[in-house]
Amino acid sequence: MSSGWVERMNPISLKKLNEERRARRAAILVTDLGDGSDRIVCEGEAVAGGLGEAAAKAFRSGSSGSVEADGRTFFLNVHLPQPRLVVIGAVHISQALAPMARVAGYPLEIIDPRTAFATKDRFPDVTLHPEWPVDVLAARPLDGYTALAALTHDPKIDDFALKAALDAGCFYVGALGSRKTHAKRVERLLAMGATADEIARIHAPIGIEIGAASPPEIAVAVLAQVIQAFRSRGAAAAAARGEAA
Amino acid sequence: MNDLAHLDESRDPLAIAEGWLQDGKEVAIATVVETWGSAPRPAGSHLVIDAAGNFHGSVSGGCVEGAVVAEAADVIETGKPRMLEFGVADETAWQVGLSCGGRIKVYVERLG
Repeated sequence: MSSGWVERMNPISLKKLNEERRARRAAILVTDLGDGSDRIVCEGEAVAGGLGEAAAKAFRSGSSGSVEADGRTFFLNVHLPQPRLVVIGAVHISQALAPMARVAGYPLEIIDPRTAFATKDRFPDVTLHPEWPVDVLAARPLDGYTALAALTHDPKIDDFALKAALDAGCFYVGALGSRKTHAKRVERLLAMGATADEIARIHAPIGIEIGAASPPEIAVAVLAQVIQAFRSRGAAAAAARGEAA
Repeated sequence: MNDLAHLDESRDPLAIAEGWLQDGKEVAIATVVETWGSAPRPAGSHLVIDAAGNFHGSVSGGCVEGAVVAEAADVIETGKPRMLEFGVADETAWQVGLSCGGRIKVYVERLG
């Protein structure tokens, strides 16, 4: 490859890789096992030939491995950002969801401007933002490796966050509420400039179908849906491009 | 930011390797590049080693790290990368093996 460093890891590659990881962007460290040279491939970057195909597949699966491409052997070390979950609403469901999500490997934070709800007493050991979503999300932007669940039922609080999640390409967007509630929400989001296709990405009613009734059961259904969305992320993207999964 | 969604700078092997290099240390990076059977750490796992033999991360459950650290000293000195293979039945090449019955290939290279 062109970096000029053979047999050793190029310090510039390591620096660049760590920069991408710190910024929560997906990147692959590609090492040519023949001559030891390396390069960084960022998600969305065009790479020609068999290596490009292998890189695209690795971004989808998140699995590192050796590949034969263009007559050479490469090791592709894929670094995907840690998925995280942003919950709008310091409500009863969130109280059950917070510890479960943490155990499952989806660090969670909660945004709710209603300071009576967002209290340390109700949410010990949880990152809490007792502020409006518009303010929190400006400082901590959503991204493609973030899931957003809107659980307040209150359009004043939920709607901005839902629109922001669609704009940021969050891998999961869910909203609590009945079909009737959601129909009204769809109209409001359309008025905010979201397209019908974008709105169709919202999981509503929220959660996989397990007959969940109590708040902790609904939390299980939501967490399962988040995991399903993350693990099928690649398949959905491939299907959209008309490729076999 | 010190939450789980971001890099844990104090434990992340690649962040540590970058810091070591900045401090003027000589560093080797070992990477699991292939696994067969029940390998304890998946492909892509790192062990980073400095010239004094300090290390962070892992390439197995602790079975072969000692051997990798010893090889890393040579890699740091010569600047030549090595491909190491460890496995239960692989007694001719390496004295240490994996108790779990799997096999792994570890690529060791110098950083810079």
